[in-house]
Amino acid sequence: MKAKVHVYLKPGVLDVQGKAIEGALHGLGWGDVANVRVGKTIEFDVPGSDRAAAEADAKAMAERLLANTVIESFRVEVA
Amino acid sequence: MKAAVVVFPGSNCDRDCVVAVERSTGASVDRVWHQDHDLPDGVDLIVLPGGFSYGDYLRCGAMAAQSPVMKAVAKAADDGVAVVGICNGFQILCEAGMLPGALLRNAKLKYICKAVDLDVTNGQTRFTSGYAGQRTVRMTIGNGEGNFFADEETLDRLEGDGQVVFRYAGENPNGSLRNIAGVVNARGNVLGLMPHPDRAFEAELGSADGATLFQSVMASA
Repeated sequence: MKAKVHVYLKPGVLDVQGKAIEGALHGLGWGDVANVRVGKTIEFDVPGSDRAAAEADAKAMAERLLANTVIESFRVEVA
Repeated sequence: MKAAVVVFPGSNCDRDCVVAVERSTGASVDRVWHQDHDLPDGVDLIVLPGGFSYGDYLRCGAMAAQSPVMKAVAKAADDGVAVVGICNGFQILCEAGMLPGALLRNAKLKYICKAVDLDVTNGQTRFTSGYAGQRTVRMTIGNGEGNFFADEETLDRLEGDGQVVFRYAGENPNGSLRNIAGVVNARGNVLGLMPHPDRAFEAELGSADGATLFQSVMASA
């Protein structure tokens, strides 16, 4: 199975990269674009077929290392 | 007196820190590799230097915080040994959970390298007692991610408990909340700061205010 952990800055944390990109998109004519956020996806293979266990593992990894929960939130996807 | 400077792959201020601590305090300073599990016996001060540990992969300081040596650093801090993290070292201490908050990208997305004036917000810590009434000190910053963040509740608590030690005086260079440049842990023996005392330890460098920090903490050991 493939696990994906999506990490973004929390809503209350200013995403300066997102702001800069939003400004550029506005400049290109997409003036209605709002709330641009820049995140990252970390993906990896997990052995076995127990999806719930893999999700629990990936969540633990995110809390321990992949995300800094002071500033970031994350979402786990296993397929 | 003994000090140790931890060297991570990508640290680039480790030698500066060794020289700064030796010349300011006369302490003997060992460098310790990040893969080591033990620190030298009887160290009075541990310095986590500036740089780009692990190429800032994942997040600044995130990988270094998981290094074997950090277990020994955390244990020493629990035993009351003084620890100072400068710049990348501050980021590492936050990532390791030894200090509150986190450092974000600078508000204007630029790497900033310049001298800054700092207010000594708490002159009664082990790191600042030597400033003895000196309200403003000068050091340089050199970082792209020095924008201190913590939630409002944490910020209130840090201010209330005197854990905010340095603030940017005048213009806030990087967007740090409440102009915070340096904080200590609740016990007061772990300091993290973005400005470099290791680049301000004698007058020829433009400021000797950093030397006072190292002297204060050594005198407190």
